[in-house]
This record gives sequence, C-alpha cells and structure tokens, in this order.
Amino acid sequence: MIAALRRILGKAGPFIGLVLVIGLFALPAETRVHFLSYHNFKIILTQTVIVSVGALGMTLIIVSGAIDLSVGSTVALTGVIAALLIQRGWGPAATTLAAIGAGGLVGLLNGSAVAGLRMPSFIITLGMLGIGRGTAKWLADNQTVNYESSPINGWMTTANPSGSALPAGVWVAVALAAATSLLLRKTVFGRHVFALGSNEAAARLCGVPTTRLKIMVFVIAGCFIGLAGVFQLSRLRLGDPTVAVGLELDIIAAVIIGGASLNGGSGTVLGSIIGALIMSVLRNGSQQMGWPNYFQEIIIGLVIIVAVFLDRFRRGGRT
Amino acid sequence: MKPARLRLDGISKSFGATHALRSVSLDVAEGEVHALIGENGAGKSTLLKILSGAHGADAGAMELDGRPYRPAGPLDARERGVAMIYQEVNLAPHLSVRENILLGLESSTLGWIDAEDSRQRARAALASLGYGHFPLEREAGSFSIAEQQVIEIARALLAQPRVLIMDEPTSSLTQSDTEKLFTVIGRLRAQGVSIIYVSHFLEECRRIGDRYTVLKDGETAGAGEMRDSGVDSLVALMTGRPVADLYPRISRRMGPVVLETRSLSRPPRLRSASLRVREGEILGLAGLVGAGRTDLVRTIFGLDAAAAGEVAVFGRAANRETPRRRWAEGVGFLSENRKEEGLMLNLPIQDNVTLTKLETFGRLGWIGRRRQAAAARRWTDQLAVKCRGVDQNVGELSGGNQQRVAFARLLEHPARILLLDEPTRGIDVGSKAQIYQLIGDLAAAGKSVILVSSYLPELLGLCDTIGVMRRGELVAVRPRGEWSEPDLLRAAVGEA
Repeated sequence: MIAALRRILGKAGPFIGLVLVIGLFALPAETRVHFLSYHNFKIILTQTVIVSVGALGMTLIIVSGAIDLSVGSTVALTGVIAALLIQRGWGPAATTLAAIGAGGLVGLLNGSAVAGLRMPSFIITLGMLGIGRGTAKWLADNQTVNYESSPINGWMTTANPSGSALPAGVWVAVALAAATSLLLRKTVFGRHVFALGSNEAAARLCGVPTTRLKIMVFVIAGCFIGLAGVFQLSRLRLGDPTVAVGLELDIIAAVIIGGASLNGGSGTVLGSIIGALIMSVLRNGSQQMGWPNYFQEIIIGLVIIVAVFLDRFRRGGRT
Repeated sequence: MKPARLRLDGISKSFGATHALRSVSLDVAEGEVHALIGENGAGKSTLLKILSGAHGADAGAMELDGRPYRPAGPLDARERGVAMIYQEVNLAPHLSVRENILLGLESSTLGWIDAEDSRQRARAALASLGYGHFPLEREAGSFSIAEQQVIEIARALLAQPRVLIMDEPTSSLTQSDTEKLFTVIGRLRAQGVSIIYVSHFLEECRRIGDRYTVLKDGETAGAGEMRDSGVDSLVALMTGRPVADLYPRISRRMGPVVLETRSLSRPPRLRSASLRVREGEILGLAGLVGAGRTDLVRTIFGLDAAAAGEVAVFGRAANRETPRRRWAEGVGFLSENRKEEGLMLNLPIQDNVTLTKLETFGRLGWIGRRRQAAAARRWTDQLAVKCRGVDQNVGELSGGNQQRVAFARLLEHPARILLLDEPTRGIDVGSKAQIYQLIGDLAAAGKSVILVSSYLPELLGLCDTIGVMRRGELVAVRPRGEWSEPDLLRAAVGEA
C-alpha cells in the first residue's frame, strides 16, 4: 500500500501537484470561467517562461551538487546589456546572442572560481549576486535603459485575447526544456553531471574530469540565464538594473518542488518545469481569487515545504 | 554457570513478505563474549536493531537481568544499559575528542559545560581502553578510522553499559589495533560487561568469543561453546556447505613488468616506495593503518599528486597523471571507502558500472542506454549481484553486493592493472570467497593486481609477492613463500 503510493508519487508526484493546484482554482464558480480560459493559460505559460528557462540551468547546477544564487542579478545584468545594445542599433538576433554570451561569461566566472579555488558554490555565487547587480547598475548608470522599439518586445506579449498563437518565448522554453532533458538523460555529459552531484570523489576516481565539468555546468546554466534576461527585457520593454531581485529563490524553489535534491545527484527537467508552473498557477489563481499578495507568498512557502516532504516520503525517508 | 544477563526467546521479524528473523533464541551471561555469526542477509543486522531498540520484534520476548526488555528506541536501550558500537564510525568530525565522548552525557551546571570534569571523564574512558594519551581537544575528524573507533568505544563506555554490542568492530583495524581492542574487551569482560560480538573474521570470533550463535536465512543454524568448534565447522554452519579452499590455487605464469614505481613519495604519509609488478602477478601490501599503503596506491593512480619519484605504466614513465589518464592506460582503482569514494549510491547500478567508459556506448556524446544496461547486466549476472535490475540504485544493495558492483566497474572497463584497496572489507564470507576467486581468475588471465589488505591470511593466501610498508616506506618485498604471519607483523611494526 505505502510502497504503491511511493511508486505513484515517484512517477507523477509534481504532476499530481500541478493538477491539484489547477483544480483548487477551478472549483469556485466565480473564478472558474475566467481561470480555465485559454487566454488565462496563455498568460500563465508566458509568465512561467523566465523562471522556466532559469530553472533549466539551475537543474543542471543542482543535479551537479552546486547552487547558484546570482541568477537574479545576472538576469538584470544581461537585460541591461541587451537594452544598451538595442540602443546602439543592434538587431534582435545579435542582441540575444550577446546577452547569452554575457550570461555564459558570468557562468564561466562562477564555475572557474568554484572549481579553481575549490570554494563552495554558495559562497562564490553569493558574491556574484552583489557583483552582478552592481555591474548592472554601473552599466545602466543607475537608471533604466530605454529604447525606441525592438522586435524582442513581441516575444513575450499576450496582449491580444483572441489571438490563438502562443508567444515565441513559450516555444523557445519548450524546445530548450526538451533539449536539456535529453542532454541530462541521454548524453555522457549528462550522466557525468549526475555522477559529480551524487559523489564527487567517486566521479573523480572514475576519471570524470570534475574541474572541467563544473565549469561547463555553470557556463551552460549562465547561457540560459542570459536568455532569461532577454525575456525579462522583452516583458519590461526596457533594461532595468533593479529587476528580478530574489528571482534565484523562485527558480531554486521550482527545481526543488520538481523533485531535485539539494545534495545533488537527482532531479529532472520535467519536474523543474512543472515546479515552475505550479508556482505560476498559484500566483495567477490567487490574483483571480482576489487574495492579497502576502497570502500568495505564504501559500508558495508552504508548497515548497510540502513538496519536499512528499519527496522524502517517496524516497523512503532518505533525503 | 552465571545467570543470563540477556535472554532472547523466539524473536521473529518480517518486512512485508520477507521473514528477516524466524524464532531466534539467544542468551548471554554476565561477563560473556558472545559471537554472533552469519553471512550478510542472514538477519544479524535485524537482530542487532531489535536489541538496540531501532526496530520492534513481531513476536518473541526479551529479558534483561530477569526483567522484560522492550526498548522503545535506541535512547531507551542505552539508558537501560544496552549500548551499540556501529561498524561505520559515527562521530561529529568537527567536534573535539572530548566533546564527542561526552555528547549527550555532558557534565554541566545549568547548561554550562564543566570543562574540568568533562576532561576527567573523557580521559578516564580513554585510559580504560589504553588510549589515555589521546589529545582531548583535537578535532575527531583528524584521527584515523581506527583511532576514531576507539573514541566511539570510549563514548559507549561512559554510559556504563551492561550489554555492549559491537558490530564488525575490527573491519577497519590493523592487526595491532585489533590486539589492543581485544585487550579492552578482556577488561570489559572482567568487569562483568556482556558483549555481543559480530564479525566476519571467524578467527577473531574464535579467539575472543566464549560462545557463539550462527544465523542463516533468519534462523538459528547452530550455537554452542566456542572451544568445541573450529573455523571450518563455523563456516559450514554459516554457508550450509562444507568449506572448499577459501583461496584459489591456480597456476599462473608471470610476464614482463607492467608497473614500476621508483622512490615514489608524497610526504608525510608516503616517503619512499619502489616496486615492480609483472603481468599476471598479485602483489600484496601489508602494514599498519597509516603506514602509507593507501597513499601509495592513490599516488600511483593519480588521485594524489606525487611529490617526487616516478611511476611507469607499461614502460611509459609519467608523473603528473590524472585518474582519467590512468583508466585510459588500463589501470583501475578500487577504493577502500566504498560509500564515500567508491560508488555513487543514489545512481543506478548501470551508471556505476560503466562510468569510466560511457563514451563507448554511443557516438558523439550520446549514450545507448540499452547497450549500457546490457553491459551492466552481464556483470550482475556473472557476479551474482542480488538486485531487482540494473536500474536499481546501488545504495539499496547490501555491502557484499555493493562491492561486487564496484568490482564490475574494473571488469567492464576492463582494467589490466588493478589497484585494490581492502577489497573484502566489511563483506561476508561467501562474498569474500567469491572475490578471492575473481582476483585469482584475473591474475590467471594475465591481469596484474596490487592488493592492499590488513587481513594477513588473505595476503598469504592470495599473493605471489608481499611487500610491507612501515611509516611511509616500502621496507621489504619478498615472494610469498618467504613470509609467515608473524614475519609480516614484525616487519610492519619494525622488528624485522
């Protein structure tokens, strides 16, 4: 009985959670009509893009046994850089690539410091949280970076309620999620990341190039964060060096709700994406119910704790 | 006969459909050392958990000094005078020796630690074990495993136990440390403490035990006075079959030198080691814990960087090597520390077996998961690993099966030179015999083995050549025929 429950939770735990929260907001008659509308789901999906793309990188990092606290700052930094480049007349493709490159560079610094100085990622990225934010403000001259217009602005738009197409950002997130999932499950790189997170000493003994691997994980994750920065820019339509404060905590929460262990060695892309969706649905639904902001925050806090508790239960009490 | 201190009558315990224990009875007198013997999975661990209060029995009764004994939990058991020393060291590595010994039983006034009294109690506990000289304020994590175990025993003694359960206490001790432990056990026995002694080392059980109980498949397979039974009859009871020769005798031909070290050093633990291993040769390394044997094989493998000296593999000398390069050259390493360094416990068997050569299961960085699983399955079948499938996590397997998975990695790679650090530590006799057979077969097939072991009969039974390390130096390398157990011991402690 308990074993069967564990198996079901293991296979579909986060998914059941998502269905539950959707059901929660679909029950009351006064919100059901609007909440269950296609347009509202479009909004939820679009609102989840930034956290999802960040969560892809964070899944890699957490599975490898590390953590990245500098994500919010890096999103602001790469958004500011993208806005500055648009001001200088760069096209959307070049701007996006540059922002991704900037994110990758931050990842390279994080990863090199973690691997080279043999310091905990918590400390290094806590430092980078300040460095990234400060650099963003410096580059932006401590104000928002405005620009006339850019095609990037249309990537996250949900303005037209009758339009059926999902914005580009959603499709990009879906495609990247599929690619990252394959990368983690089917490639040598992915299995090495799992081995590193599961037991670094054993991975090294088996000839896994642990130093190089740690750096690569942070670089790839940084590229995802850079892209998240572009989506953030697209949503705001300007570069704001003070945006996305605390975003890293939402992203980490998504990965954890999705079943990853902070000890490393376990986690899935699908889980992380569902984790991100659960939080978006909770936010969106709470707004529709007219619940105050603080109430949403309390609920999301509880969800994180319950999710990890259930995950421990399914693993039979082990963390 | 003295009155029974602890009596177990008809203890049964099931987990789901599995009967872990079926009507097991056992009694231990005051001041008796009772050896509890059995293969892995025979039910010893379950019985110990019931005794120490971690599990409750489904049926049966227990009595301690004539009163019903049903501990509510480990703490309750400890308070009633049943203490347990676990196989794995359970210290808080960042706390001092004194703090570890007194943990949970601190001398205090209104919550303030009484430093002087603490020191005296900790010192007294250590002194009764013959380790009164230990620096009390040093971090426990900085001591060797053997020394940490002494600290742990001292901690158990503080509660003045009536029954002390020792689960594989010598599995990480050298011969001389084991002797010291036996002295301690002798003293405890004289004080009237009853000891339940669990060990895979049957010679030890015979030396230290007054009586024994053998478990097999959750049932009592035999019990009696130790002086009436020999090792062979104990093994026969454990395995249900007579002892074939434990060590394989296969004629081997040795080829050219495949591995050579010249004055390899990495101070302070490894000072100088020069050795040669030939194709098809098993070279044993004996010595005390901390003599530098593990440091030597780690340095050869590139896990630690050499400070000076040279390693040549297949005639090619190179010094700054990584484990990755060594695997590529055909050198494999089996760590003495299965859980911390050897295996990735929360990953499946198939990943653990194939991690050193994932690239070969596909192209362009992709892994053919089916081929990978098939490769792993071949070894779990051949080595008789008890598992649900190769996608089961290694952490869910028993110690002996985990070690087979660790071996499977070397076989799958396949390594031509095997560095094996304590390959039979903490596993049952049946698994041991199989691993001896395996090592013998590998050497017969032309592989070369360096075998680090603290168990001298194993070295004498298996190796062609045995070297002894002492204080970081490889002091004597001779053919097996020129060594005896006392010789090895003398060389290890420096009287040769």
